[in-house]
Amino acid sequence: MNQIILGPLVVAGAAAALALVIALVDRVVNDYGEVTIDVNHGKRLYKVRGGSPLLGTLASQGVFVPSACGGRGSCGACKVRVLSDVGPVLPTETPYLSPQELANGVRLSCQVKLKKDIAVELPDELFSVKKFKATVERLDDVTYDIKDAVFRLDEPREISFTSGQYVQLVVPPYGTIKESVQRAYSMASRPGDSGRVELLIRLVPGGIATTYVHTALKVGDRVELVGPFGDFRVRDTSAAMVCVAGGSGMAPFKSMFYDMRERDAFPDKDIWYFFGARSSRDMFYLDELRRLEAEWPRFHFVPALSEPSPEEGWNGETGLITDVLERYVKDRIPRDKGLEGYLCGSPGMINACIAVMTRNGIAEGDIFYDKFA
Amino acid sequence: MTPLINPVTLFFASIFTSNILLTNFLGTCSFISISKDWKSSFGLGMAVTVVMTITAAVSWLVLEYVIAPLELEYLSFIVFIVVIAAVVQILEMVIDRASPALYMSLGIFLPLITVNCAILGAILFMQIRHYGFVQTVAFGAGSGLGWWLAILLLAAIRERTEKNPVPAGLKGPGITMITIGFMAMAFIGFSGMIAVQ
Repeated sequence: MNQIILGPLVVAGAAAALALVIALVDRVVNDYGEVTIDVNHGKRLYKVRGGSPLLGTLASQGVFVPSACGGRGSCGACKVRVLSDVGPVLPTETPYLSPQELANGVRLSCQVKLKKDIAVELPDELFSVKKFKATVERLDDVTYDIKDAVFRLDEPREISFTSGQYVQLVVPPYGTIKESVQRAYSMASRPGDSGRVELLIRLVPGGIATTYVHTALKVGDRVELVGPFGDFRVRDTSAAMVCVAGGSGMAPFKSMFYDMRERDAFPDKDIWYFFGARSSRDMFYLDELRRLEAEWPRFHFVPALSEPSPEEGWNGETGLITDVLERYVKDRIPRDKGLEGYLCGSPGMINACIAVMTRNGIAEGDIFYDKFA
Repeated sequence: MTPLINPVTLFFASIFTSNILLTNFLGTCSFISISKDWKSSFGLGMAVTVVMTITAAVSWLVLEYVIAPLELEYLSFIVFIVVIAAVVQILEMVIDRASPALYMSLGIFLPLITVNCAILGAILFMQIRHYGFVQTVAFGAGSGLGWWLAILLLAAIRERTEKNPVPAGLKGPGITMITIGFMAMAFIGFSGMIAVQ
């Protein structure tokens, strides 16, 4: 009888003693005390508790570095230039950093653990980034796989951004997904309509965020948005804009065009908008944009289908968007004031369009794009 | 009955003539997978050495003062495993603080030291050979260093075979197993020169 009690007691006692030792060591080893984060050469100083990754610690201070994966080191978005010594670059970071970035001390902020005082450089725009509590106001299907989602901002109630910028949608854990993730979507709403954010979200098979929006999200749900981010915007020149988009790449352009029309901004700029889709069922906002074209002389809308079936009765351009673009850029678009390229879509589409544009005399430095990762 | 072997002799014997890896084939899994890279091999070897020395000493104390007096020998395996797990846990925290790069490069193999059979093997040898405390520490440290030496040797050899024309069918694991076989033959040649018990 004694043996039966004694055995477990000894094992439990030994385990408890060792657990105590571990807890004590943890106290000593993982106590980094208070550390200071020096942002932009002393412009901002944050006193924080050390021991956690830089990304989350900055977020706790209200500084939101963009991150799509929520700090798991799988998106490579949360790059930050670190000016002080924080130890060698980790193997988890190297795949996301170019040799130039490595030489400049750029690190992934989610992988840098705060152990001592640190100096970092952050773009100033980041300080206008806020976390918004929002309510889903509308959620419409614009095609079979793209939803148009409108969020009403509750707290703070207004967002200040430039057309072409994006926000991160915070996707809470749902179904079998156990961790919260963030995904970036360009805003389709106008900056003038500052109480709302509109996003176009295409269903990506197997995508965590897009599946959430397409299957779980309902009107009236409360979500969080972080933003604005990004430097995709209309350049203040008189050169004509050659814009190319596919699918949900429509979003930033919708914002830009209606914003320019509303404010009559950049009055010298002509706009050529090429929108490519496979067939009619992938095409959307067609009537709306054609109406805009009719009312607004400097806006030219060129929708194109690559595989229209005869029964669709398609009367617009046909062919791959790159071929249509090439035909127009070659001789239909006046180039007396110069041309600028604006692209938004899949990396494949963007690379193909860059090739077409540079081949036709648009300098690479005048091509701006927003690539979906 | 504590054997009469001198701890210093035991220390060197367990490095060279009774290498725990190459004469007993304990801890072979991480030996093969980590030896691809010299730097990680160095780190893991060091970690194994530290864990082995500490766990051997702690286990000896537990065996001598808790298990033996209470006649709980049948529990010794469980208690040893718990000791190893705790020491590895502590070591993990210390390495993370001291050298994040080493921590990342060791990756999953650091917690897996817990189930590295060389560690439990060394403790069980200590138990069945009835070593005294000083002998145990010498044996633990020696066995760890022996393991470290073996993985460094293999890593160095693999760095060379990597660049040499190996027949296609033997690339990777094949040539590694053959290499280990040769190394073991060389080491086994010395075994028995010094009695370790």
